Amino acid sequence: MLSLLLIILAATFFTGIIIRTKSIASGRKGPGIFQPLKDVMRLFKKGAVYSETSSFVFRIAPTIYFSSVFVAMLVVPFGQSKGLISFNGDFIFFAYVLGLGKFFSIIGAMDTGSSFEGMGASREALYSMFAEPAFFILMGSLALMTGHTSFQDIFSTLHLGSSITYALGVLGAFVFLMIAMIENSRMPIDDPKTHLELTMVHEVMILDNSGFDLGLILTAGYLKFAVYGAIIFNLFSGSIPYEYAIPLFFVMQVFLAVVVGIIESFMARSRMNHNAQFIVVLSSVAILIFFGALLVSGKFI
Amino acid sequence: MIFVLVFILIPFLCMCLIPFVKMKEKAIAVYASVCTIAIVTSYLAFQGLAGNDFELILPGSLVSGPVRLHIDALSGWFMLIINFTFLTGGLYGIFYMRAYSSQKKNLNLHGILFVLLHASLISLCAIQNSIAFLVAWEIMALSAFLSIIFEHEKVATIRAGINFLIQSHVSILFLMLGFIWVAGQTGSYDFSAIHSYSMTHSGALSLMLFLFFFTGFAIKAGFVPFHTWLPYAHPAAPAHISGIMSGVLIKIGIFGILRMILLIDVDYTTVGTIILIMSIISGVYGVMLAILQHNLKKLLAYHSIENIGIIGIGIGLGCIGLGTNNPVLSSLGFAGALLHTLNHSLFKSLLFFTAGNVYQATHTLDIEKLGGLVKKMPQTTVLFLIAAIAISGIPPFNGFISEFILYTGLFNWMQQAAIGTLVGSAFTIIGLVLIGGLALMCFTKAFGVVFLGNPRHTFEHEVREVHFMQILPLYFIAALIVFIGLFPGIFLDLLVKPVQLFTGVRQLPFTSFRGNGIEALLSVSRASLYLIVLVLLLLGIRKLVLRKRTIMVLPTWNCGYTNPTPKIQYTASSFVKTYSELFGMVFLIFKKEKEVEGIFPTTAHLETRPYDKIEKWFIDYPITNLKLFLGRFGFVQNGKLQFYILYGIMFIVSIISIPILYDTVMQFVEFLKEL
Repeated sequence: MLSLLLIILAATFFTGIIIRTKSIASGRKGPGIFQPLKDVMRLFKKGAVYSETSSFVFRIAPTIYFSSVFVAMLVVPFGQSKGLISFNGDFIFFAYVLGLGKFFSIIGAMDTGSSFEGMGASREALYSMFAEPAFFILMGSLALMTGHTSFQDIFSTLHLGSSITYALGVLGAFVFLMIAMIENSRMPIDDPKTHLELTMVHEVMILDNSGFDLGLILTAGYLKFAVYGAIIFNLFSGSIPYEYAIPLFFVMQVFLAVVVGIIESFMARSRMNHNAQFIVVLSSVAILIFFGALLVSGKFI
Repeated sequence: MIFVLVFILIPFLCMCLIPFVKMKEKAIAVYASVCTIAIVTSYLAFQGLAGNDFELILPGSLVSGPVRLHIDALSGWFMLIINFTFLTGGLYGIFYMRAYSSQKKNLNLHGILFVLLHASLISLCAIQNSIAFLVAWEIMALSAFLSIIFEHEKVATIRAGINFLIQSHVSILFLMLGFIWVAGQTGSYDFSAIHSYSMTHSGALSLMLFLFFFTGFAIKAGFVPFHTWLPYAHPAAPAHISGIMSGVLIKIGIFGILRMILLIDVDYTTVGTIILIMSIISGVYGVMLAILQHNLKKLLAYHSIENIGIIGIGIGLGCIGLGTNNPVLSSLGFAGALLHTLNHSLFKSLLFFTAGNVYQATHTLDIEKLGGLVKKMPQTTVLFLIAAIAISGIPPFNGFISEFILYTGLFNWMQQAAIGTLVGSAFTIIGLVLIGGLALMCFTKAFGVVFLGNPRHTFEHEVREVHFMQILPLYFIAALIVFIGLFPGIFLDLLVKPVQLFTGVRQLPFTSFRGNGIEALLSVSRASLYLIVLVLLLLGIRKLVLRKRTIMVLPTWNCGYTNPTPKIQYTASSFVKTYSELFGMVFLIFKKEKEVEGIFPTTAHLETRPYDKIEKWFIDYPITNLKLFLGRFGFVQNGKLQFYILYGIMFIVSIISIPILYDTVMQFVEFLKEL
């Protein structure tokens, strides 16, 4: 329950900080950090324009996408406090329920009959397929190390053994951050600020969404970032008492947002056909963690 | 006894009746026999699942010895799956076949074969005698073959049918060798002889015997590399037959493998590892090729291979659990496999039936020609969507449940394993994850291209939704898909007895899923419920909010281009282009291409035809060589009558002379020995 509140709070400023960081890095003043929130509020008040090609799928897709992210958020814990839903193997559910959202955002894009949106859909399907093994190997190694298979148990027992786990935690944080970048279609996979439809991935898929639906999609994106931020925080939080953990959580989220902003400011996006390789590299890092986990748990003979 | 009588007599009477009655009554006769079989056997199956095994010994014949019928929990589970698929498929088929009502004779045969196929599949689950089993197996293979070639005037259909027939008989050959082996050693055709043989002989012999049976059943199930008949047979058959083939016919192979695991006492770790490796390859390879396909039914056929792989992963895990005395792994593995068998039979038959609706409405299965069907066929679209989500293994539907059980098993295996198996489990997890991701890609492609967007092709005829009665059975299947997704606990409770059969092989302690897995599943179903409630709630809010706002319907945004045609839509091939380039080395794609040239381009075209690399090396290449070799003996068959008479005389002479010659030689040898 605590994690739910904290994630929602973090989501309100996460994207704003990214945008602000990018503005400052490029020498502009930039909008306030709550600007994305205001954008969404404005969208919720608007009417809607639908493509005449589209069907009911296009109309329900954003809602299901949002719901999937929201339900995924419910399983993420915060330190010692469990998520609203917590069970053995909940991280499998986490990945697959996000898959439901992806499924609908892809077919929602296909529903418009646009050449560009199909392109984005095709890329999204491919990249998300590649990103998943990294997530599972990483969580698998953490599960192996701790002997538990639920988010909360894994995170709360991660650092009880040795301090090498913190090194693995750093690697894990890197993988999670990259997965978050892929999932949210940011650099170096995708550039949210590009103005050419041909080079977009996520942005091009939502070209035809407007009003309430667009608001839901954007909100889901903000939440997703905060969710991954929370998972990364959990990698280190261990058994820190709440009075320190909660401020630390926000510090961490701000820090992550600044990191994302800096990455986006100083890094060019990869070429489209190099994206797949990049994501496979991510899986290799995850495998590295797997072997690290073997070492730590003493199963490497 | 009364059950067996009803089981045999009523369908038999119906079959005799079918040719002599009117069209409508034919349908009733067929469906009545299917219902009778289903009711009788479902009763016995439920008894079996509850632990009251049905056992009956028929006198049999002089050759086969007494034929034992036995319905235990495993048979019961498969019989229920078969019955459900036949009940829905039969109802669907009756309305599907109305389009062919002019072909009376053909329909007579088809109806009879449908009942025969059902009866033979059911009896395969119960028969415990090798010879009777082979007879039933042959009836099943032949009636499936004749059902596939319903549209036998098409060359492709006949070719597919004959391919199926030959591969079925290769499968029978392996089974026969296995049964003969046992019967030759023990003198009994009863299945219990297989068990006693394996108990009294060394591990290597049992393993060999198991592999014989496994190969035979794997051909029927469609494990890679024995899968090559599937992508031909499924598109050729009428939709209800494809649904049934994919839903239950290939599952009888799975049943056979499971039965042999129960009967043959082998080194389960080795067997499990073999099955696991083959399954991962099947799963990944099947879905990788599925993505490339342009023919909707062929795409689904490759997905059957993928799902057989997932079931196989479960069986492999279960066996490894048996081998390493790990009751949790074993029970979760077998439970995942059995539940996925049911799940796959549901969503795959639903997908084939909806593909049949698409075919009847448009007369094509080429997905590059389809598009925008959601407006013409809304009900079919929704049903296909449900099945597509389920097959991609996404919550809140049933596909996720079985995959979740497998994942739970895998992570459990990981905890206890040493380094070698750890890497194995890691690879299995990667395989399963990749299968999930690729399936998502494949079904977003299939659904998006076939049902969404604008029509890519203008048809001469009107495209419209099929008859409601044809869709009605599909709703039952969809309801069950959702039900399993939301209330998996009920089905896991049903699975306790079948799984106990397996854990009982090694006397592992297992009484129920409580404590290892089921609690998590209850939470999964609760989370799924949250998801559904949240979606409904949000949709309600959205409707309320948008009620007073201005809603406009305008053309799709095309970056300012105002005159779009359906041609500018993304096609199925373009959707998977990056993917097919990335994995180019796995595929064999034939391309016919004429590129765009010049400043004012003339016509250009691109045609791709995906082919199966394994088929090329495993089937085509040996066959071409065999043909070349046998072609050298072509001179023997020269069409001259004199030569044929000569061959006959040579044959008769050699038949008489060889034994005489043999005797003489032996006498000579004896003589030499005496010297």
